[in-house]
Amino acid sequence: MIRINCPFCGERDHSEFGYGGDGSIEYPPLDASAEAWTQAVFERENIRGVQTESWQHVSGCRQWLLVERDTMTHEIHSVRAAHSGVAAVVEKEQQS
Amino acid sequence: MSASRLKTGGHIDRTREIEFRWDNTRYTGFKGDTLASALLANGETIFGRSFKYHRPRGVMSAGVEESGAIVTTGKANRRDPNVKATTQEIFPGLEARGQNAWPNVRRDCGAVNNLMGRFFSAGFYYKTFMGIPPFEWGRKGTGIWMQYEKLIRRAAGMGKASREPDPDHYEHGHLFCDVLVVGSGPSGLAAAVKCAEQGLDVLLVEQDFEFGGDYLNHSSEESLRKRDAALAKLNSAGARVMSRTTAFGLYDYGVAGLLQRVTDHLPNPEPSLPRQRFLTLRARHTILATGALERHFAFGNNDLPGIMNAHAADAYVNRFGVLPGQQVVVATNNDSAYNTANQLARVGASVTLVDARTAIPDSISGLLGTRGVELVTGSTVLNAVGKRHITAVELADAVGSGWKQGPTRDCDLLLVSGGWSPVVNLLSHRGVRPQWDHDNCCFVPAPTNEAITSTGSSLGIWGNSDCEDAGRAAADAAIASVGNQTNTVAMPAAGGWETPLQPLYEVNVDGVSKKSFIDPQHDVTADDVRLAHQEGFVSVEHLKRYTTLGMATDQGKMGNIIGMALMAEALGKEVPDVGTTTFRPPYTPISIGALAGRAFGAHFKALRRTPMHDWNLEHGATMVDAGLWQRPWYFAREGETITEAYIREATTTRKTVGLCDVTSLGKIAIQGPDATELINRVYSNAFAKLPIGKARYGIMLRDDGIVMDDGTTWRFSDTDYFMTTTTAHAAKVMVWLEELLQMRWPDLKVHVTSVSEQWAGVAVAGPNSRDVLAACIADASVVTNDALPFMGVVETTLANGAPCRIARISFSGEMAFEVYVGSDHANGMMDLLHTQAMLVDGCLYGTEALGALRIEKGHVTGVELDGRATIDDAGLGKMASDKKSYIGSALRKRPELMREDRPRLVGIFPKDRSEKFKAGSILCRTDKVAGHGEGWITAVTHSPELGHWIGLGYISGGHEHWADSTLVAADPVRTGNTEVEIVSPHMVDPTGERMHG
Ligand SMILES: [Zn+2]
Repeated sequence: MIRINCPFCGERDHSEFGYGGDGSIEYPPLDASAEAWTQAVFERENIRGVQTESWQHVSGCRQWLLVERDTMTHEIHSVRAAHSGVAAVVEKEQQS
Repeated sequence: MSASRLKTGGHIDRTREIEFRWDNTRYTGFKGDTLASALLANGETIFGRSFKYHRPRGVMSAGVEESGAIVTTGKANRRDPNVKATTQEIFPGLEARGQNAWPNVRRDCGAVNNLMGRFFSAGFYYKTFMGIPPFEWGRKGTGIWMQYEKLIRRAAGMGKASREPDPDHYEHGHLFCDVLVVGSGPSGLAAAVKCAEQGLDVLLVEQDFEFGGDYLNHSSEESLRKRDAALAKLNSAGARVMSRTTAFGLYDYGVAGLLQRVTDHLPNPEPSLPRQRFLTLRARHTILATGALERHFAFGNNDLPGIMNAHAADAYVNRFGVLPGQQVVVATNNDSAYNTANQLARVGASVTLVDARTAIPDSISGLLGTRGVELVTGSTVLNAVGKRHITAVELADAVGSGWKQGPTRDCDLLLVSGGWSPVVNLLSHRGVRPQWDHDNCCFVPAPTNEAITSTGSSLGIWGNSDCEDAGRAAADAAIASVGNQTNTVAMPAAGGWETPLQPLYEVNVDGVSKKSFIDPQHDVTADDVRLAHQEGFVSVEHLKRYTTLGMATDQGKMGNIIGMALMAEALGKEVPDVGTTTFRPPYTPISIGALAGRAFGAHFKALRRTPMHDWNLEHGATMVDAGLWQRPWYFAREGETITEAYIREATTTRKTVGLCDVTSLGKIAIQGPDATELINRVYSNAFAKLPIGKARYGIMLRDDGIVMDDGTTWRFSDTDYFMTTTTAHAAKVMVWLEELLQMRWPDLKVHVTSVSEQWAGVAVAGPNSRDVLAACIADASVVTNDALPFMGVVETTLANGAPCRIARISFSGEMAFEVYVGSDHANGMMDLLHTQAMLVDGCLYGTEALGALRIEKGHVTGVELDGRATIDDAGLGKMASDKKSYIGSALRKRPELMREDRPRLVGIFPKDRSEKFKAGSILCRTDKVAGHGEGWITAVTHSPELGHWIGLGYISGGHEHWADSTLVAADPVRTGNTEVEIVSPHMVDPTGERMHG
């Protein structure tokens, strides 16, 4: 029943979105060691509280978003474009 | 004597007589009657038979909490079991009958269960079936169990649902509002009016078919005037009001689930109307004015027909104009029943009020007025007397803190009030645990941070005018939260009775044994709770499951508090220390049809058709579902079976030429200066040096090194690629590329676009494929062996001028081409190719022949690349590049994934070549046909080329390890076991001469 305020499309029902996962993961370079990749792929936190998640607006603009969501209450604290360059442009536009 | 219709009064329309049938007999009632009120008015007393003991049951309430009058309505494919007669409004043609009884509820042969009560006590099922036939006996044990279960289910059960498809249709809808008000009683109406007059968008829902809640249960005209005035104000303020609509659950983000019963009360509804609507409502603020339910308490035979909640009598007298009894005993422990006693006396009943409390101030006893209600204090009911209906009550007199046997009094109606339980169910859905109100002996809502305000008697506020104030206070809270204003009106305090209620959950006198029900709907008795305690149950949640207290359609409405109180007593604790059970949606039952809405049958999921769908059908295709797609399965000629058809199609393709619709493959345009870099990072094999005008087969892995998907990627320019994916993973691969570009590699200048719908594709396969294709394109020279060698791609035009893309790639193992045109040109392309193919005795082929051809070649699909296989498992490890890093390269070499005894892709032949075997079989050693075996079979086909059945599968260590061994393809539950041998997966043309030729 979550609704996500897509920065490009506005507030939409969660059924339009696809869930990615932990959006805070920094993936290592492709040539990094198996240990570094194991850390990134398997050793995940199971957060109770606010976590940064990736969601894709699959049935909308198809942008991947970073969503700060409370896993206990489903409360969403912020939504921004996952693409760093796009996020910067959106932010700049909002300020002007 | 039983109930009868009063000459005057009630909110029924006496000018509109309505005919209906109960147990195949004709009855009449009035517009505005429920099934219960109409049948009571007709003198009926027995409405049902109880769950386990088949005890006769009558009407016990006037609402959704009903535990006795549970009936079946409708017939044939519209049969609806477990309907509460107290909420079912009557309409012309209504058919209802008793359930859980044979031949009928009045004479029920199952009543013998009543004599064997001790066999059906708490935990009966668990105890019985733990002892005798253990499941561990395998089939035999289970079989015995099944027999027992059938017998017991027939004896102890609820009504039977129709086995036929539901003829009605249902709708789903979405609604929005500022403020949702649940309940249209005094507090709900007051709240809705105030919010609406402040300009908020208000939606008021009422589960009943009449608005008004408790306003309907009063004799004064004033009550109804208040209701009508409120409804008029709501109307003029533009508020929406919906009756016959239950808010069955509350969810995140202010979502309420609503069920609107649209045609259930109509004799001949418009066929275009849905039976019910399942509505998802989003409210900025929710006001719960859900009321309170009156509790009974446990005494002997407290389930006899002729015993009901005290306040139900107010409803029957004042709302329905039915006098439910002439000689009435009212047993109470609180003030609320005094008005009820008065009402009954007013309409001519002889009434005795027994109050468990010893000290009643004059201010309360004075309420009884001048109509001759006899008041007995310090007295309550010990036992109800009667076989099929109550005839007398044995009273108990207070002595110290207990009871002693008292006198017996004749009566034909016993009204019981053991206090009130606020309906906190909806708030409980939000995870808010109710708090115990010691003074009122009930659970009341705890505060919540969500935009939800409870009000009225659902907050433990009893008086109607206090409830109106409470409604306005709740409105203020909603206005404050929606409009960000400050809240000014204070909520009245809970309670409102002159004298405190005296807790009363069970009446016991030493030496008197009896059957006292705490949850009549499930035949759970006070003794059951004590038995559960004796057997070591201490948690309320366990108690509930062990005894079935408050389960199923009741959801704890009737017996929860008494059960907890008795448990608390047994444990020597206070009620709040024992806890409360969690109420779960739905508040009242919802039909499965409403949940499904229109998503059933062909509408259950979307259907995708290829652009040549109709063309395929015109040419004899039988279609098969492939995910959301429909694809040609086979093209049977007259008299052919599917097996004959696919064998012919595969044979023809290998001999001359075959055409197959491959449009469902995923297609992604990958464009931009960094397109090559993206593709090279995503695929495990080398792509950096793929020349323009060439295609390459690629395998992409997941981060964890397991295979994600495979397909070919065609290069048209420095910056322009065309990637194909499997049908199954098309959407997933697209999402994956978008994730990589947007989240991981934002610096790459690449654009990915799904073009699956834009291109129609066909495979042209077989030794004559090039000749056929050459005859269909404008310039035949572009497809010669030199111009278009194996894995070559070209953009050109068909003979009819349609632009097309051609790649010389092969899934079948024959010389083959994939040809793509814009979707609008699909039929034209198929006409051209088909005409030429028929000239060389070619054919169309479907997925079944496609499967046969690829299995012969050992080419993998989704069943082999099942999310567990590594690239080495699939026998494609040599393709993976050692010279570059790519997604999955770090983790694909984890030691566990590199073990020599990993399952490897193999081919499988039957030992006796005339035998067949099935996909899904387990590959076992002949001396150990058990457990997980050594491997499994993923796909089988009859091989036209080899002349016998073959299969693909995985086996530990691969085919070299099992050379010259005999194994068993074990399929114990279907076709039995077959001896097989393991071979290379490349079963036909292993060197690939035909594709390259
Ligand atoms: Zn969007």
